[in-house]
Amino acid sequence: MNSFTLDGTAIPFAPGQTVLQAALEAGRYIPHLCYHPEFKPHGSCKLCTVQANGRPAAACTLPAQAGLVIVSDSEEINGLRRTLVQMLFAEGNHFCPSCEKSGNCLLQALGYDLGVVTAGFRHFFPDRPVDASHPDIWLDFNRCILCELCVRASCEVDGKCVFALSGRGIDKHLVVNSLSGRLADSAIGLDDKAVSVCPVGAILKKRVGFAVPIGQRRFDIAPISAQALADAPRPAAIGDGA
Amino acid sequence: MPSAVDLDTLLARHPRRPESLLQVLCDIQAVHNHIPADLAVQVAEALAIPLARVRGVIGFYSFLCSEPAGRFRLLFSDDITDRMAGSQALMSALCGRLWLEPGKVSEDGLVSVTTTSCIGMCDQGPALLANGWPITRLSPRRIDTIADLIRAEAPVADWPAEFFRVADHIRRRDRLLNSGPMVGAALAAGLARGPEGVIVQLERASLRGRGGAGFPTGRKWRACREAPGDARYVVGNADEGEPGTFKDRVLLTRHADLLFEGMTVCALAIGARQGFLYLRGEYRYLLEPLQAILAQRRAAGLLGAAIQGRAGFDFDIAIHLGAGAYICGEESALIESLEGKRGIPRNRPPFPVTHGYRQQPTVVDNVETFCAAALIALSGGDGYRAIGTEQSSGTKVLSVSGDCARPGIYEYPFGVTVRQVLTDCGATDSQAVQVGGPSGACIGADEFDRRLCFEDLASAGALVIFDGRRDLFEAAHNFTEFFARESCGFCTPCRVGTAMLQDIMAKIAAGHGTRHELDQIAQLARVLQQSAHCGLGHSACNPTLDMLKRFRPTFERRLKTLDFEPAFDLDGALARARAMTGRDDAGAHIRSEP
Repeated sequence: MNSFTLDGTAIPFAPGQTVLQAALEAGRYIPHLCYHPEFKPHGSCKLCTVQANGRPAAACTLPAQAGLVIVSDSEEINGLRRTLVQMLFAEGNHFCPSCEKSGNCLLQALGYDLGVVTAGFRHFFPDRPVDASHPDIWLDFNRCILCELCVRASCEVDGKCVFALSGRGIDKHLVVNSLSGRLADSAIGLDDKAVSVCPVGAILKKRVGFAVPIGQRRFDIAPISAQALADAPRPAAIGDGA
Repeated sequence: MPSAVDLDTLLARHPRRPESLLQVLCDIQAVHNHIPADLAVQVAEALAIPLARVRGVIGFYSFLCSEPAGRFRLLFSDDITDRMAGSQALMSALCGRLWLEPGKVSEDGLVSVTTTSCIGMCDQGPALLANGWPITRLSPRRIDTIADLIRAEAPVADWPAEFFRVADHIRRRDRLLNSGPMVGAALAAGLARGPEGVIVQLERASLRGRGGAGFPTGRKWRACREAPGDARYVVGNADEGEPGTFKDRVLLTRHADLLFEGMTVCALAIGARQGFLYLRGEYRYLLEPLQAILAQRRAAGLLGAAIQGRAGFDFDIAIHLGAGAYICGEESALIESLEGKRGIPRNRPPFPVTHGYRQQPTVVDNVETFCAAALIALSGGDGYRAIGTEQSSGTKVLSVSGDCARPGIYEYPFGVTVRQVLTDCGATDSQAVQVGGPSGACIGADEFDRRLCFEDLASAGALVIFDGRRDLFEAAHNFTEFFARESCGFCTPCRVGTAMLQDIMAKIAAGHGTRHELDQIAQLARVLQQSAHCGLGHSACNPTLDMLKRFRPTFERRLKTLDFEPAFDLDGALARARAMTGRDDAGAHIRSEP
């Protein structure tokens, strides 16, 4: 089998796999956020940036090639990732202590895992009204990180295309597919993949907020670097998937 | 008011499929000065696109708007050359005359005035777009007249024709600009050479793309020809958005036949039946003249079925309009836009030569590249190769603007020095030249002997000249605003980073900057260069870094000496309260600790 090296370790890969897919399958973690194993790589958050033969590239969209030399876990690259996480925090309104996603949030978990300890930049504090119109689903644009997972899930899995993006640059934002633009008037359903796929607290089910107490949530138990591997499709021989 | 009849007429102009979305929206915008909500719904239904996606496209392109923007919508070009020629004062004057706040629509819905990115009139600015039509050489007098015309509600079509005159300003000609009318000669030569023969000549000519990146054109055409696919496409990139660049505008005005000839030769070489010219929305005024030339070429048997009598050689060109988005000059974003979507650069690989328009093999080349390719098809590659430098064959058309006596279009063999251009255009006391627009490089007087070619200063050929009077911080500030305005927002580093940069430069401009801000600029530059999705993000910090490196005192002069300074001014924040209470005594002020 062909292989490339990741931080000095040989990683085998199948034709058509990206560097990130092959690394996860081999039980090696590269930080990532907008990538989801069930969807086509998107390449927008750039958290998975690595050095590939000395040149920076997003591991989620970089096709694996024999002989590639990938550097991921270096101080330089992790510094870059910390800045990217700071940027995502600065762009929206993320108040972890009052957010019911706390402990299950990928952005928060990445921040902890990468050692983001300061704000770093002046926060933008954008004015983003919440859409609480739907009886069962809460849509909080303040926490949206524009990963487009809900956009992709709603079109590709749910077949509804409930979400899309509008605006550009720093004004880019999520929009809802309904005449009124409100979630209540859209075709979304509680069991939609678009609802469950949100990595942050932007799309939440109502009335189940604190069913699992803080302290017992997913990333309270183990850091994201340990748990992301469980989500990746992996041969049974390598890990137990737990 | 909008009616269903209107929409059917507009829809009938375009194929009824999702790819037509942007073109339909441009037409609606032209008729209604915005996209009425009910029409957006009907368009979504007619083209079978989710409504949210229609709204997403409207929200992406700056010329489209979902709310009325006034029966008169005036967009001042906000290029640095426009500013140097006094555009900001003129815009304030106009807003004053109209009792208008910039960016807001007047309460009677009559007029709005705001800025837009460079509209490609840098050699005859300040300029603006009035309901999409360019007005050049703005002066206080013209502004007064415009204000009167708007107040009198005179349709833009009735404004003085002199306002809309766009000069070509061709100052130096070489091989391309000297070429005569090209109606079929290059195509006949191409047909005689055959597809392989054309590509071989391009390779012999060592022609490289003129949009700035310099990819070998022969290799691109060959790769496209050899890529598997059901159909192949030729795309002319006339989305000339790099601030300071306007040479394609002149080529489209004066040498459109040469461009279409080059695109048709490309179709022959790669086996395409459909071509597109992607015309930036700012050049909308060129649409009818270009359509007329296409019609002439069809009538002359140079487009359509069995071109020049060659059975099976069928090819035609459609013109697609952009709608105010610099990023669509990037070839994969351009293709997304051609498909009627938001202009987001794609993940690459795969590249457009194998997976372009509708995922089929596609050649996207700059206007000037197709013109050069036509000349090579006509006269062969060897003569072309003999001009220029080792790695940059042929000539380059330059857009020269800023502080000089003769701004305009200059064509030189590759390898000309910046100093030579400065001499020829009558620039004196030049302190710096921005080569290749904000994404290019800023060079100082000690580098004027550098050469314009791919070996040294590679670019699409824009030179903006700054003389000794200019404050280069102002230019850097303008460029950071440009990138923040034009970032597509797809990737985190560019979406957030360009906004942060703009924030930091504003803080320095307001006199609140410290060394900390300079450090943050360097940090953001590293992040953007390493992780941005496309060239816009990679180069967004370049002008600021270049100017910091070469002209650091102009930045430092504005800094406070403190290591940290808040972006807000506590005492300043009380100004409004003081005005409201009529107080100005010591107790109404906060003194900052020294």
